[in-house]
Amino acid sequence: MVWVNAIVQGILLGGLYALFACGLSLMFGVMRVVNLAHGDLAVLAAYLALAVITGLHVPVLWSALVVAPLFGVVGYAVQRFVIQRSLDVSPLTTLLVTFGLSIVIQNALLEGVSANSRSLPTGWLASASFQVNSQLSIAYESVIVFSVAVVVLSSLQLFLSRARLGRQVRAAADDLEAASIVGVNVRHVYGIAAAIAFATVALAGVAFGMYSSFDPAAGPQRLIFAFEAVVIGGVGSLWGTLLGGMILGVAQVLGAQVDSSFGVLAGHLVFLVLLALRPNGLIPARLA
Amino acid sequence: MRYGLLPALTNVSFTLAAGETVAMIGANGAGKSTLLRAIAGIHTPTAGSIRLEGRDITHLPAHRRVAAGIVLVPEGRRLFPSLTLEENLVIGSVPSRRGSWNVARVFELFPWMATRRARPVVYLSGGEQQAVAIGRALMANPTILLIDEMSLGLSPAVVRKLYDLLPELLAAGTTILLVEQDVTQALRVSDRAHCLLEGKITLSGRPRDLSPSDVEAAYFGLAKSTAGGRG
Repeated sequence: MVWVNAIVQGILLGGLYALFACGLSLMFGVMRVVNLAHGDLAVLAAYLALAVITGLHVPVLWSALVVAPLFGVVGYAVQRFVIQRSLDVSPLTTLLVTFGLSIVIQNALLEGVSANSRSLPTGWLASASFQVNSQLSIAYESVIVFSVAVVVLSSLQLFLSRARLGRQVRAAADDLEAASIVGVNVRHVYGIAAAIAFATVALAGVAFGMYSSFDPAAGPQRLIFAFEAVVIGGVGSLWGTLLGGMILGVAQVLGAQVDSSFGVLAGHLVFLVLLALRPNGLIPARLA
Repeated sequence: MRYGLLPALTNVSFTLAAGETVAMIGANGAGKSTLLRAIAGIHTPTAGSIRLEGRDITHLPAHRRVAAGIVLVPEGRRLFPSLTLEENLVIGSVPSRRGSWNVARVFELFPWMATRRARPVVYLSGGEQQAVAIGRALMANPTILLIDEMSLGLSPAVVRKLYDLLPELLAAGTTILLVEQDVTQALRVSDRAHCLLEGKITLSGRPRDLSPSDVEAAYFGLAKSTAGGRG
């Protein structure tokens, strides 16, 4: 039963990783931009949520409704005014720019909020859970986060496959020049994709802050987990990202069950094995 | 419209009149595709200007030129592999210009498309893909249609069929500028032709006024006096 419990918790944790990873996957799939600041953006979102919660005295879930749209707007602006300019120079420049962005965020946070680790006050949610049987209890918190991840991924999938703008995103991802000659404003479309990516990473940041404590230097490890989830699942495949997140989550929780210091390492090992066996990911697909 | 200096093109200047079909012929590397891409807004000329009905559009980005009515059918089709056939057509209507073209009318033009509308375009033959590329361009209701190397990689029969559709497009008053290596096809369907050689226009005129030897000389860049001997 201990193992069943570990697997269930791991799968639920995978929802959080998928939430982290889908924005990374979207930005890479559409713009070929590897956003090295992705993890730091999540941490920044967690701090913003903390400010919203303490400033406006709202519960943690409401703070997400403020932070995510705000991050969407920031994402659009960062894409149009920072990332697009580096894309115009060369694809490699975007690596340097997002790496720089990562350092700027980490140090600004260190300066502004100190290196102390914080966590989001979740109130009654923190200890609320439901009992499946005598040995298996599931926290509402992880179910909420997992559900949010599934809803976000489904909506994103629906947006890309059905919406007019979603179709333009796929066209721009396929062939940028061809998209511009059929009349797609590719810079705007890129901005939209970045807005979605930033909004989802903000949700991931809030969820992360609910799960565990965070500090200004917590970003890079989040980035690595997100990368692993994307690569395990297959770049550009949203459901693959969820699967990748779940595999990573299960590996970590099972590893921690063996030895509490073995969790993260177990995740990395499973990632390496899958990378060797299925380099294209478990569900290799285009954005659609 | 006027075109000025480009690195691959120098002193190329010509005008398109509404509703006519103009062919730009020339050998590989003559600068034909560069010219079309400059008109479509993919390349910005280093000097000179491009005008549409008197308005300077030299620095207008590509997607806004589509909105202005200039639509390119690019070399190599450039369809979107992750979109279905119908989605590839629908995306052509992004600028939402007024006009009579819609998915149903494209299906009338190419009836086989209707049954395969939900299929990815990668499973289509080269000729079918070219038809989708033309359909996609028509969806924007172009006033000027730029067609780049329509015959590339297609059998002569398919090419002939596609070119025979041009009059139907013209009925709607569309102006066509086509770039073509297949001189015979191009001259057959056009009202006027320009021959491009090493970035310069070497010959212009109505197809029926151009003698084969003139065209040959302009095409290969042979001096007129030696055209017969070395052709």
